[in-house]
Amino acid sequence: MEKKIIYIRDTDSAQKERINDYFTLFSNELRDANLLEQVQLVKVADIGLYEKGVAVKIIPENIVYSGIKTTDVKEIVEETIRGGKIIKDLLCGKKSKQLRAVLKNCGYIDPESLEDYIAAGGYKALVKVLTEMKPEAVVEELKKSGLRGRGGAGYPTWMKWNFARGMNSPEKYVICNGDEGDPGAYMDRSVLEGDPHSVLEGMIIAGYTIGSTKGYFYIRAEYPLAVERVQKAIDQATSAGLLGNNILGSNFNFELEIRLGAGAFVCGEETSLIASIEGKRGTPHPRPPYPSVKGLWGKPTIINNVETLANIPLLIAGGGTKFASVGTEKSKGTKVFALTGKVKNSGLVEVPMGITLREIVYDIGGGIINNRDIKAIQTGGPSGGVIPQEFLDTPVDYENLGKLGSIMGSGGMIAIDDTDCLVDLAKFYLEFCVDESCGKCAPCRLGGYQLLQILKKISGGNGELEDLNRLKKISYAMQKASLCGLGQSASNPVFSTIRYFEEEYKRHIVDKKCPAGKCKALISFKVISEKCKKCGLCMKNCPANAITGSREAGYIVDSQKCIKCGVCFDVCKFKAVMKE
Amino acid sequence: MNTCTCAPELKEKEKQDGLKELKDFIKTGKQLHDKQGALMNVLHKVQEIFGYIPREAMDVVSEELCVPTAHIYGMATFYNFFSLKPKAKYQIYVCKGTACYVAGGARLLERIEDELKIKLGDVTPDGLFGLAITRCLGCCGLSPVVQVNDEVFVRLVPEKIPGILDKFRKMEKKTK
Ligand SMILES: Cc1cc2nc3c(=O)[nH]c(=O)nc-3n(C[C@H](O)[C@H](O)[C@H](O)COP(=O)(O)O)c2cc1C
Ligand code: SF4
Ligand code: SF4
Ligand code: FES
Repeated sequence: MEKKIIYIRDTDSAQKERINDYFTLFSNELRDANLLEQVQLVKVADIGLYEKGVAVKIIPENIVYSGIKTTDVKEIVEETIRGGKIIKDLLCGKKSKQLRAVLKNCGYIDPESLEDYIAAGGYKALVKVLTEMKPEAVVEELKKSGLRGRGGAGYPTWMKWNFARGMNSPEKYVICNGDEGDPGAYMDRSVLEGDPHSVLEGMIIAGYTIGSTKGYFYIRAEYPLAVERVQKAIDQATSAGLLGNNILGSNFNFELEIRLGAGAFVCGEETSLIASIEGKRGTPHPRPPYPSVKGLWGKPTIINNVETLANIPLLIAGGGTKFASVGTEKSKGTKVFALTGKVKNSGLVEVPMGITLREIVYDIGGGIINNRDIKAIQTGGPSGGVIPQEFLDTPVDYENLGKLGSIMGSGGMIAIDDTDCLVDLAKFYLEFCVDESCGKCAPCRLGGYQLLQILKKISGGNGELEDLNRLKKISYAMQKASLCGLGQSASNPVFSTIRYFEEEYKRHIVDKKCPAGKCKALISFKVISEKCKKCGLCMKNCPANAITGSREAGYIVDSQKCIKCGVCFDVCKFKAVMKE
Repeated sequence: MNTCTCAPELKEKEKQDGLKELKDFIKTGKQLHDKQGALMNVLHKVQEIFGYIPREAMDVVSEELCVPTAHIYGMATFYNFFSLKPKAKYQIYVCKGTACYVAGGARLLERIEDELKIKLGDVTPDGLFGLAITRCLGCCGLSPVVQVNDEVFVRLVPEKIPGILDKFRKMEKKTK
C-alpha cells in the first residue's frame, strides 16, 4: 500500500485537548488495523476549509471529511484507509471557492523546517533566477504577471523594482514590511509564522534583481512567534548557502536581518518605517523623493509587503503569464483576507481576485451569525470604507473597491449586521487614527481630533444637522492636505458611512435614536411587563442597582441610575428586557 | 482616594545588574550602519531587561550610542511598546482591534475597570494588575480576546472577568 498521510484539524482551538483525543483515537484504530507503518498522522492548524469542527484530509487521494465525530474514526480507518472507499456522508460538501497560492504551505509544512519547504518546491524560483535569469528578465516576468503591492496601495511591483534597479548606487536595500498595523487583520502574521521561507525567497530574489546585498525584515514586536520563526529561517538559509556570500555558487551576495517594530501604526508607512530602522521616531517624510530613489540611509530602497514578497517565488516558478491567468483585467493573482465580524466562519481566506463579496461572505464565510441580514462590509481597516449590502455582487479588485469609496487595503474584511451602528464604527476607526497620528502635520493631528469630537457629539445625542457638513468639510481637507497616507485616509470611514448611511446619522441627530442600539446615550432599557415572568434575574445582576421591584409587583428600570451596561438585556431568558 | 498608580520601583541591586547587562549588550552587539541605527534594538533590550525604560538606562544608552537623552526620551514616548512606568506583575491587555470591537470588547474593558477600580493605562496599588489595550492579537476568529501576560482568553463575556482575576490573585498567593 502506498504511504498515506492523514491531516487532522480542529477549528475549536479553545479546546486544545480535543484534537489530541482524535489523534489518539486515530492512532489506536490504525494500530488495531495494523496500519501504523503505512500511515502518518499529522495535526495541522488549517486545511483550507471553512466548515466547523474536526476535519481530516487524506493524502494522496485528497479526500476531505468534515464534521467528524469520535464514532466515525473507526469507519474512516476501515473503509477509506484500508478499503480505499469513500464515505459519502462525511465528505465535505461544497467545492471550495478559495484558491490557495500564498497560503498553500501554511499549515501543511513544518514552518521550522527548510527541508519541508524545499520538498514543497521551495527555492526552485531562486535557483532559476540565479542560473537562468538576468535582473531585467525578472522585472519582465513581474511585468507580465501584473502583480501589484498587497500592502494597501496596489502599486505595480515591477515598476518599483525597476526604478531601484536603474539607480546607480553601490548600496541598496530591500525591506519587508511586516508591520501589519491594521487592527483586525493578521494575514502577514500567518505567512511569516506558517511559511517564512517563502518570504525569504522573495526577498533574496528582490535583492538580486535590484542589485542589493542587504535586506531587513521589519516585524511588529507584537508577533514574537513570527520573529522567532523568521530568525530560524534566516539561520537555516545561511547555513545552507542560500544567504551569505556567493549564493548557490553564483557571485551574488545577500544578507538579511530582523528589525522590530514597537507598536506604532504609522510605522507601516514606508518613510516612517525607514526612519524607525534608522533609530528615529517613526514620522513620515514628504514624497518624492520615493524610497526607490532615496530610502534607507539615503540609498535606493524597495519596500514590499509580506504577501507581495510571498507571491514572488510562485510567480517566478510558474511564470508571469500563468500568474496573470487568475484575476481581473487590472488585478491579478489571489488576495488573502482576514474575514471577521458577524460571519459564521471567520478566519483567513485566500481568493482569486474578481470573486464577489457575496461569495466570500456567504459561500466561504457561511453567512451571517443567527442568519441575520448583512448590512455592510468594511474593507481596508481604518483607511478603508464600508460597502453596503446592495453592492455585494461587486467583483473584488483594486479598482472596484476604490470606486465604491473603500480600498483593498492590506486585507481586513469585516461583516457588519444591523446590530452594528455605523456612527459608532466610524468613531471606533477615528479613535484609532487619532491615537496613532504621529502629530507631524496639522490636518491629521487637528482634523482627526475635530472629526472625533463631532462624532462623539452625535452619538452622545447632541448632534445638529450642520455637523454632517462639518464632517464632510474636515474630511475633505484632511484628504487633500495631510502629509502621509494615515491622515489622507483617516476620514475614509467617516466619508463612506455618510455616503451610504446618511439616514442612520440623521436618526441619531434628529430623532436622537440609535437604530442598532449601540450608542449608549441614545438607548434606554425597559422591562416589558407582559413578557416578564418575574424571575428577578435582571435585578440580581444589575451592577448599578437600577432595577427595583419584587416577585409580586414585577420589575422596573430606574433610568436615572441605569448605566446602560446591557446586563439585564443579556440575562433575561424571556426577552422581556427591551432596548431602544 | 489617594493611591499611587505605579508598581514598586526596581530594587537598587537589580537596577545595577540590569545596567551592566545593558552595557554588555551594546558593546558586544553588532553596529548597524551608524551607532544610532542600533537604537531600536537597544531600546527593545532595555524594555526586556527592566520591563520599562528607566531614566538611568536612557543615560547609559545615550553615552554608549552618542545620541542625546532627549532623543531617547522622544523614542520611548513615541512608540507604544516602550513604557516609562514599571509594568505590573500581571499585565492585562484588552484587544481593541476591529473584530473584537464588533464582538463587544469594549464591555470587557469596562468590566475590568470596574473590578479593579483602575483606569486604562494604570496599575493597581499593589502592583499586581496593570490595564492596557492592544490592537489585534491575531485571534480575531475567537474574538473578543483578552491577554494576561502570555495567556490569552478567547470568546470572553464580561461575566467571566472576576473569575479570571481571581485565578491570578490565587496564583499570587500560592507563590507567596
Ligand atoms: C498609515 C499607513 C500604514 C501602513 N501600514 C502598512 C502595513 O502595516 N503593512 C504594509 O505592508 N504596508 C503598509 N502601508 C503601505 C506601505 O506604505 C507601502 O505602501 C507598502 O508596504 C508597499 O508594499 P507593496 O507595494 O508590496 O504593497 C501603510 C501605509 C500607510 C500610509
Ligand atoms: S498625516 Fe498624520 S500620521 Fe501622517 S504625517 Fe501627518 S500627522 Fe503624521
Ligand atoms: S442596563 Fe445595566 S445598569 Fe441599566 S438596568 Fe440593565 S443591568 Fe442595570
Ligand atoms: S481584533 Fe482582537 S484579536 Fe484581532
